[in-house]
Amino acid sequence: MDRRSFIKTSGAALAGTTAPLFPLTALAADEMLIGSIHDLSGGLDIYGKPMADCMTLAIEEQNAAGGLLGKQLKLATYDPQSNMQLYAQFAQQAALKDKAAVVMGGITSASREVIRPVLDRNKTLYFYNTQYEGGVCDRNTFCTGVTPAQTVAKLVPYAMKKWGKKVYVVAADYNYGQITSQWVKKFVQENGGSIASIDFFPLDVTNFGPTISKIEAAKPDMIVSALVGGAHISFYRQWAAAGLTKKIPLASTTFAGGNEHIVLSAAETDGFLISYNYFQNLDTPENKAFKERFYKRFGKDYPNITELAMGTYQGFKLWAEGVKKAGSLDRMKVIAALESGISVNGPSGKVTLDPETHHCVLNVSIAEVKNQQLNIVETFLQQKPTDTSAVCNLKKNPNDNQQYVIKA
Amino acid sequence: MDLAVIVVIQVLYAVASLVIISAGLAVIFGMMKVINLAHGEFMMLGAYSVIGAIKLGINLWVAMLLVAPVAVGLIGVVLERLIIRRLYGRMVDTMLATWGLSLLLVGIVTSIAGNTTAGVSAPLGSFSVGAYSVSGYTLVIIAVAVVLALAIRWVLLRTPWGLIARGTMQKPDMANALGISPSRVYSVTFAVGAALSGLAGGLLAPLTGVVPTMGAAFVAKAFITVIGGGPAILAGLVGASALFGAINQLATFVTTPVFGEVALLVAAIVMLRLLPQGITGRFFKGSL
Amino acid sequence: MNRFAKSWMSAALCLAIGTAMLFGLPSVMDDYTLIQVTIYAVMSILGVSLGFIWGFGGILCFGQAAFFGLGSYTYAIAVMNMGDSTVPFALAILVPALFAAVIGYVIFYGRLSDVYMGVITLTVTLILFNLINSTAGPEWRIGSAPLGGFNGIPGIPTLNVPGRPDDVLSPKDLFDVTFVCLLMVYLGLRVLISSKIGRVIIAAKENEQRVLLLGYDARAYKLFCFTLGGAIAGLAGCLFANWGAFTSPTIFGLAQSAQIIIWVIVGGLGTLVGPIVGCALIQWLTTAIGTQQTFNSNLVLGAILLLFVLLVPRGIVPSLGSAGEWLLRKLRRPAAAISPAASTAALPPTEQAT
Repeated sequence: MDRRSFIKTSGAALAGTTAPLFPLTALAADEMLIGSIHDLSGGLDIYGKPMADCMTLAIEEQNAAGGLLGKQLKLATYDPQSNMQLYAQFAQQAALKDKAAVVMGGITSASREVIRPVLDRNKTLYFYNTQYEGGVCDRNTFCTGVTPAQTVAKLVPYAMKKWGKKVYVVAADYNYGQITSQWVKKFVQENGGSIASIDFFPLDVTNFGPTISKIEAAKPDMIVSALVGGAHISFYRQWAAAGLTKKIPLASTTFAGGNEHIVLSAAETDGFLISYNYFQNLDTPENKAFKERFYKRFGKDYPNITELAMGTYQGFKLWAEGVKKAGSLDRMKVIAALESGISVNGPSGKVTLDPETHHCVLNVSIAEVKNQQLNIVETFLQQKPTDTSAVCNLKKNPNDNQQYVIKA
Repeated sequence: MDLAVIVVIQVLYAVASLVIISAGLAVIFGMMKVINLAHGEFMMLGAYSVIGAIKLGINLWVAMLLVAPVAVGLIGVVLERLIIRRLYGRMVDTMLATWGLSLLLVGIVTSIAGNTTAGVSAPLGSFSVGAYSVSGYTLVIIAVAVVLALAIRWVLLRTPWGLIARGTMQKPDMANALGISPSRVYSVTFAVGAALSGLAGGLLAPLTGVVPTMGAAFVAKAFITVIGGGPAILAGLVGASALFGAINQLATFVTTPVFGEVALLVAAIVMLRLLPQGITGRFFKGSL
Repeated sequence: MNRFAKSWMSAALCLAIGTAMLFGLPSVMDDYTLIQVTIYAVMSILGVSLGFIWGFGGILCFGQAAFFGLGSYTYAIAVMNMGDSTVPFALAILVPALFAAVIGYVIFYGRLSDVYMGVITLTVTLILFNLINSTAGPEWRIGSAPLGGFNGIPGIPTLNVPGRPDDVLSPKDLFDVTFVCLLMVYLGLRVLISSKIGRVIIAAKENEQRVLLLGYDARAYKLFCFTLGGAIAGLAGCLFANWGAFTSPTIFGLAQSAQIIIWVIVGGLGTLVGPIVGCALIQWLTTAIGTQQTFNSNLVLGAILLLFVLLVPRGIVPSLGSAGEWLLRKLRRPAAAISPAASTAALPPTEQAT
């Protein structure tokens, strides 16, 4: 061993140990910590980054307005890198070490089900702000995203009226896709239609050639897509390459959640129907004001403010209302305040927390994709989360703690 | 009848895409015995260079067939000088170093380009075969694979460079004694292999989502195809691609894409058990 | 340095440090840090399994994560069906071992060399990943445990005291159990390496021909080594399922296998302590990167792997060992420096005359 290799070794070891920069999580007495667990790298980053940005904006706005309960808010952002183990670790860190007042995060339903038990065990409030398949019944958790009873229930009849009754479903192969496709089947059958087939694809599949041929053989009137993630974009590409975008119309519960309409070209996406709570071009004064603040903070050429990002913003606003009403950060007091029928006027309209299900009553709009823009065609006001309220009543059973799944 | 034609086209397409994806790795592994696990990331760089070129207004075909290979080839030269050169002969170490390189490239591209990038749509429309429509681009891929295989064969067999490359690959010290610099040959070979990977990425950009992590889906398949092919570069490449591509696509038609992948993987294991040296360890021995 | 590393003294030293940590850490650390150290320990067991079969058996397995995942899934399914966790714990070690034995048979008795072995192990882990990933539908269940596909299996019951299903382990108990397992694995492997079987395994790594000529069936020894590695990885998988109360298909993935290999390289191939050090370091680094946004995680990990392969190919522990040795030699040299001067002075000044 000579001097050179010794220096190299210690240099490498030192570099390894000092490379990362630790955030200062030591809180001052007049601060409170908000935890944000969103994927900023890995396959889910297209969803996570706008959500984290909206949280940053929301917290900065709150601090500018004087903070909450006289304290300034501090944001701790964790990037689980699309890795389940890190989701668990960061949830533990936020709850046990950084003692966050509330944790907002989780994108896929799989990651939510990893975070939820950890935060339950460690008595930290949890807000899940992503649109999902419905059914979570847990006093410690508040879900502010849209659920199938709100979006799919409106999207499917509208599409069927426009295009026809025979439906082919392609969905991502995990709990969101599985459960959402059951809801699609339910609404299709309620409206007198029939399901040609339901096909599932794990999140990393990119080879859709044979599937496309199968769809052609089935001759459906329309496709409903619950595909998720970067790899599934290749379905839309290959679909258009086979010239089918113009022949068989498509409705989707997930399209544009990751800015797919910008990544793909207009020719590949014109005519798609989607349904969400929030669209960037909603014509309300709150939305106009919000967009001004957002673009000022993040730049005018921000690709698209997604539904998931808005869910995060509105979720935070709801929580802040709850804290103000409770007058304290004590978890049970905040939960009680949130259960007293709180609402905020978000950029998407009025958002009310339903006390029995801990889900939200929201406006829902259907939009059509045209020229890489999302044009709203119809809006339904104040839709209730009927899928979850059919199975979950936290006022009657406050100790309920599970996710209910629709029976096939 | 229509379905049969479709199946044949799809199978040819699967074989062709395996050939294109694995060509770069086959050249690098076959000639230099370097297992380049950053192969998927070279493809990703090719795809991104096509997107960048299109943003600058360059025609799609020029971007795919010229800009992508050249750009990635140059990157290959630089990387070979900096990293690969120090690790010749140490197969395991090159695997690990190129693995680290692949993570690094993904990280760099993510930091620069972000995660939402506009992609490219497939050129050429579609045409119908009876009740089914097929993308015209599928036929382009098949054609390019054939041309590529023939071009590799021609360069290696009928040009002086091919002769020098093959000679250096077999006996580097003899080539050195004859006045040829093996390190230069290795540099150029690695660059050519990288360029082929870039070409593959560029060609596949219209068909898959272009994200920094797209390489991961391809590197395992390319790796398995190249190793399964055996020592002969071209015969192994074509042979293994034909076998695995056909099995993959046929299984996908019968079941789902997932089981198609599993079928490919199982076939690889079975084949390696029966022919431990790869396909060209037993058949087509001694061919190119 | 080599002699020290191979002697019982280094094993005793490591065990002493480990035991001190086992008893000392719970009193200095709060619950949160203890949970973090537990996951480092769990992953270290996994790292040691690869470090053993690679460093001492010469088997580069690209798919060690497959046995890890099998262990955790086996435990999850078994405990959700059986209730009491004693049998599931044993199953979580046996099933991956069996699987490793089958694959090992295919590889070693088929006389496949390292590259091809790498391909087969890679392929196997990809097959498992693809298969388990597509089991999200409600029809995929074993007994009363749904496989869950991409979602994995959440809410896995924790280990309990054998025979008393309601007496589950607390986080501190889990830390104790994990750490004891780590120490026992380390001790067991050290004993094995210095035994006759261990020597044959190492010899087979160095020169298989010679071992065959000496009359040992190298294939059987390699198979044993590989199976043992699979069993240890399965144990790690079972403890992982307990730590997080969940398991998901991503632990079968290529990324997880890559991580294990990185730990071993960074820590030091050819040692047992190396993978533990490398694992703890990289795990800590990954977590730390996730809490800041300046550097992309892939960038940092890739750069580290590259740096280590190029500059410090032997890894941290051996290099630190050599560094220590160099320092010791330097400290001893001044005593020897005096004698050369004395001896030249004693030489007769014959050359000066001519």
